[in-house]
This record gives sequence, C-alpha cells and structure tokens, in this order.
Amino acid sequence: MFESLSQRLSKVFSGLTGRGRLTEGNIEEGLAEVRAALLEADVHFRVAKDLIDRVKAKAVGTEVVESVSAGQMLVKLFHDELVEMMAPSEEEGSEPISFATARPTVILMAGLQGSGKTTSTAKLAVHLRDTRKRKPLLVAADIQRPAAVEQLRQLGAANDLPVFHVAGEPPEALARLALAEALRTGRDTVMVDTAGRLHIDEALMEELGRIRSSVTPDTTFLVCDAMTGQDAVRSATAFRDVLPLDGVILTKLDGDSRGGAALSVRHVTGTPVRYVGVGEKVADLQPFHADRLVGRLLGMGDVVSLVEKAQEVVDEKEAEDQMKRMMSDRFTLDDFLKQLRAIRKMGSLGDLMGHLPGVPAGLTDQIDEKALHRTEAVVLSMTPAERRRPEMIDPGRKRRIARGSGTAVDVVSKMLKQFEQMRKMMKQMKKGGLFSRLKGAFGGGGGMGLGDMPDMEGMLPGGPEGASSGGRSVPRQDADARRKNRKAERKRRKQGRRRR
Amino acid sequence: MVFGKLIRGLAKTRDSLVGGLRRLVGRGPLDADTLDQMEELLYTSDLGPAAGQLMDSIREANRKGILKEGEQVEPFVRETLLEIMGEASLPLVIGEKPHVILVCGVNGSGKTTSIAKLSKLLLAEGHSVMLAACDTFRAAAVEQLTIWADRLDIRIVKRNTGADPSGLAFDAADAAAKEGIDVLIVDTAGRLHTQKNLMAELEKICRVLGRRIEGAPHEILLILDGTTGQNAITQAREFRESVNVTSLMVSKLDGTARGGAIVSIREQLGLPVTYIGVGEAADDIERFDPDSFVDALFTAE
Repeated sequence: MFESLSQRLSKVFSGLTGRGRLTEGNIEEGLAEVRAALLEADVHFRVAKDLIDRVKAKAVGTEVVESVSAGQMLVKLFHDELVEMMAPSEEEGSEPISFATARPTVILMAGLQGSGKTTSTAKLAVHLRDTRKRKPLLVAADIQRPAAVEQLRQLGAANDLPVFHVAGEPPEALARLALAEALRTGRDTVMVDTAGRLHIDEALMEELGRIRSSVTPDTTFLVCDAMTGQDAVRSATAFRDVLPLDGVILTKLDGDSRGGAALSVRHVTGTPVRYVGVGEKVADLQPFHADRLVGRLLGMGDVVSLVEKAQEVVDEKEAEDQMKRMMSDRFTLDDFLKQLRAIRKMGSLGDLMGHLPGVPAGLTDQIDEKALHRTEAVVLSMTPAERRRPEMIDPGRKRRIARGSGTAVDVVSKMLKQFEQMRKMMKQMKKGGLFSRLKGAFGGGGGMGLGDMPDMEGMLPGGPEGASSGGRSVPRQDADARRKNRKAERKRRKQGRRRR
Repeated sequence: MVFGKLIRGLAKTRDSLVGGLRRLVGRGPLDADTLDQMEELLYTSDLGPAAGQLMDSIREANRKGILKEGEQVEPFVRETLLEIMGEASLPLVIGEKPHVILVCGVNGSGKTTSIAKLSKLLLAEGHSVMLAACDTFRAAAVEQLTIWADRLDIRIVKRNTGADPSGLAFDAADAAAKEGIDVLIVDTAGRLHTQKNLMAELEKICRVLGRRIEGAPHEILLILDGTTGQNAITQAREFRESVNVTSLMVSKLDGTARGGAIVSIREQLGLPVTYIGVGEAADDIERFDPDSFVDALFTAE
C-alpha cells in the first residue's frame, strides 16, 4: 500500500510546525509530494499541474496556526480545493437525473468496454425503483458483445425488472421501440444500455449519436472505471464530443485504486460524478460524495466518513456534560458505560481504525472486540449504587459481579483498577473529554490525532495489551503541565466549595 | 511476428508518445521547458513510476552533458525503455498435455475476449483446445464464452450460472484428460484483487485443477486492461500473491496512448507479458516482445 499523503507530508514538514508562514520556498517539497500522490492516483498530468498552481497561489503567505503542522495545512488546502472541484456546481444541482414530465424519462448509458455499463444499468434501475419510486424499463441495446443482451435479461429477471429487446433491430430502433413499449406498459423510466466502445471507433461513436437523435435522452451517463489511467481524459472527451454528458458513474470503487480518473474526467469535461459502484451486488450503488473521493485520492483514509459516523452518534450536549463530569470527581461507571456504548455504536473498533489513515492493516485485526463486551457486562452486573461509588465494591460484591457477568474476580478487579486510573487521568487532562478529544482529532480537517485511539483502548480491561507498544499509556505531560493542572484542579474545587 | 497489426494498434500510442517526442526534440538544444513537456508526455502515457525514472536519467544525462541536443533524446529514451523492459519474454510453451491455462483478472479486464483470441491462436498453431466456463458468477458470462466456443468450433465445459467454479474446473480437467485435449483454457469470474474471499476461491480452483492433472494449471495468465493506470501494478502484485501468475496479457491496447503500464509492470514486477490484445476481432492478438514493442513505439508509418 501507498504511504498516506499525510504521513509523507509530515516527514517533509517535520521542521516547520506552528507559527510558521508558508512561503514559495518552504512548500516546494511538499507540493512535489502532493503532485506525486496525485499522479500515483492517476490524476491526469495536466489536471494535477493546474491544481498545484492554484493551491500554491492560495498557500503562499498563509500562516500556519499553532497545533497544526504545515503539512496538514497544505493537505487541507488541497482537500478543500479538490472538494470544490469535484462537487456539483450550483447550476448542476444535486439532482443527478432530469426527469421528463410529459413522457417516460430516457436515460442513456455509455462507456468504454468493460467499464461496467450493463451492471451499472441494473444497479441504477434498482436504485431508482427502490428510492425514487420509478418504474424502469431496461433496454438491451448492446448488440455487439456476445451475450450482452442475455446478461441484461438475467439481471432484469433476478431483480424483477422488465427488459426490452427485439432481435435484429439496430440500437437506435431498439431505443425508439422501447419508448413506445414503456408508454404502452406504463413504465416511466427507459434505461438504454449501449455497447461498449473504444472512443477511436468512429462507427460505434456515430451509433451513439443516432440513438441520441432517435430518443433524445433526458440524462446521459458516462460509465467510467475507477481504475482507468491517464487515458480517461481522452476517452471522456471523445464521448462528450459526440453526445452531451450529464453525469459520470464511477465503477469498481471497491477496489483499491485511488480513483484519480474521476477528477480528471470532471475537470476536463465539466461533467459531475453522480454515482459510484462499490461492489458486486445490485444494491452496491451509492450517490457520489465529493469529499470522500478526495480523501481517497489524497490517501488520507476515509476520515470524513468517520467524522460523520462520530457526529451521528455523539450528542454535542451530552459530550459536553460528560466532559465536565470527567473533570470532576463525579465521573461514575454509569458515565463510563455510556461512553463505551457510544464508541460501540460507531462500529467495531477495528472498523473504526480502518477508516483512519496511517493505521497499519495488521493492527486492526489485533483489537479484541470481546474485551469491550466483557467490560460492558461487568459494569452491567453492578448495582446502581456500586456504579456511582465503586469504592464500596468489596471482595464479596466482586464475586457477585464476576458471577453475574460471566467473568472472573480478577477481571472485575482489573477493570475497577483501570477505571480508577482513568478517573485520575481524566482529572489531569488539561482539556477535553474522551469525546471532545476524539472529535477534535477528527474534525480538524487535516489534523488527525491518531494517538488518541490507542489511549482509549488501553483504559479498557483485557484490551490488546502489547498489540502496539507505544501510545497507549496515559498521555505524557511534562511535570510542569501536571503541576499546573493540579493547581487548576485545586482552584476549581475550592470554587466549587465556595459556591456550595 | 506480424508487425503490421501491432504497429496499427499502437498507432495512437505512437502518435501521442513518439509523435510528441519528435515534435519536441526537433527544437535544438534541450532546455527546461522542453524537459517539462517531455515529462508530461511520459506521464500521460501511463508510464507511471517508469516516467519518473526515465526523467531522472534524462535530467542526469543532461546535467552531465551527455544529452544536450533534442535529437539525442529519442535514442536515449528508447535505450532506457529497453533497459527497463529487460529480456524478451518466453513464448507460451505447450508442454505436457493437457496443458492447462488459467485465465484471471479484475472485472471487465477482457478475460473472455482474450480467451477467444488465445484459442484462435492456439488452434492456428495446430493444438486442440477446450474451454472451461468457470465464470459462473456474472450474469450471462457462460453464454458469452459459449458463443465464442461455437464461433471457433471448440468444446466447452459449462454449468449454469451460480454453480461451483471449482467443481466445474475439476470436471473440465477430467474431460480434457480423457479426451486427450492439448490445451484446456479455464475462464474465471472477474474479481477485484481486494476481495479476499474471491481470491481464495481462485486459489481453490488452482488446487482442484492440480488434483486432476498433475502440475496444472501450468500457466496462469493475468489479463490486465491496457487502459488501467497505476492500479495495474497493484493488481498484478496482489494476484501473484494468491496464485502463481506466470505471465500477463494486456488487453485493449488498441485505443489511444497506452502501453506505458506494460513498462511499469515489467519494471516493478518482472512478470513477463506474453500477449497483447490489439483490436476487437479474434485475430487481434500479438505475442509480446519488448524489442518490437519499443520498436513499434518508434516506427514511423
């Protein structure tokens, strides 16, 4: 696998953190890294060049704020610029398909051989039927490839979609006849699957033009393989020259290609990407999200999706309350349980870490998901009073809890001990509860606090001790900061007492 | 070796790469601007990492004063490319019979069409050929291969879509052995190299073939789409990780500027490219040879 861009950039910028100013000189090397990443991702050479020039103009003179590194800053600039480029413009709007009102809507599917047109046609039909309440009629107009008609027929049969084909008719006639058939049978969306073609094959390109004039499609999609290289620009341009394109469907994004072709196609043809194919099943078609593709392109992991996940499950206010409680002595096992569950709601830890850039693949396999379950069971076996005041748990209670949770006494003891340590650590922490740390780490654009994840795990009993050696102990603070914290803590307590 | 077709097929590649190179280098001494444009040319041919390598050596030679004039560039690039490409790859040798060739690749890479082309080539060489339609996953893949088998008038062993591909592979191996067929070509379902379970399935097909015919599959041919960019290298690497890929066939080398990927793959993985697909007809297949490939890049029409 490629090293993530953020990692590479942080190496380049290791000397330039905080309080610096980006100048033409000090970002040159960083820009070269980004350029390499873009080319590795199959972004067209000229598109990469354009982009770098634009970002360079913006970057020079930008102040590097404390707490972010210059590399992260640069990645953020690129990220924002790319998202802006990839996202549909205002006039393109967020609706991928313009539906006709007076007659059935006609959708034309075009693309190179092997790009995934037939599969995408079926996927899109199912998507439109299930989410938009459309009644699609599939038209098998690929009369070139052996068994292409049969393929669409089988896909139609498997998904309860009617497929139209008349043997011996040319594609443009098939499209016209299908439109009549749709009117007759009450189908409101006609989806025409066409033959894959090489863009240099003039006869086939002309055929597309004939289909277009025979049925005047309302929306034309170019189906594009995410793994395509530099040639993507040339083929997309050739397609656009014979028929106006309304959108791109990017296929095979479930592989590990960076999908740079999409950026090139978007940039050169001005056609927005509308859907992405992410798997073999018919349901594996998703609306396109510019920010996700950009993250992938830059090799940053799917940080955005992770932040979304976090936002879905983390209630702002709740998080704030928690933070306050953590800082005080009132942080109880109940609060701990809540946090545990919130983390679990975000998915498995392994899955969660898989979203993060720079997490080695092996590490995610080593996470013991069961430990989280065990911990939860232990807490659930305590009485409400015990959860509020863990001090009261004596050996007798421990035995009961162990029995109730199906664990052993030493598991309970270890968990309690770790909870106590955690409570102490929380009090020491300068700012931020687990959640605000988490959110701060992921929310800050390029700022990724990977170190936070292992910390969190180490607090849990039975965690994968030794799975990764560093970074899982209590965050190291220098003695000064600790002293300062203690002082602040004393002050807070004093004020608390006064108020009472 | 039929040069004509390769040259025609690669005409577009040459237009963009060499044609561009020629335009560039006709301009006298090499300057920074020319070097930049050359870099663009190399990258847009999907040379990928090889482009970087080429540029490095060009720049270094320029600095050292070896490469000063534009016209020196073409022979220099040709030589460097040949150096990267290394020795000519060995032809597909049909050894003990039945000789089993397993064909794999990602979805849409052109496996079925490539099999048809390969079959025709082998038939022309006088071998008897049998096909095994082990892509039982994709809708109508079996039908697609059957149409080709009918056109070429060769035997095909098949089952319905959804059948177990390994079981089918065994049956095919059995039939080929019993009937004294020279070459058995096994088609498999397209799979992305990131899908672990599907890669495991591929491993199983290989094991099962070996159980019926000793040493089978004798040849594992990975089909790479010629329009694929840098991911081609990852694909080749990952496929080789699970099964013992012996050679590559690069399909769809009949469009525009392409062929660069071959250089990268050869350079990074050392895997030989045995055949290339240069058109849509069953005849459009060429044995790959680095010398003639690079020659074709530089041959004027």
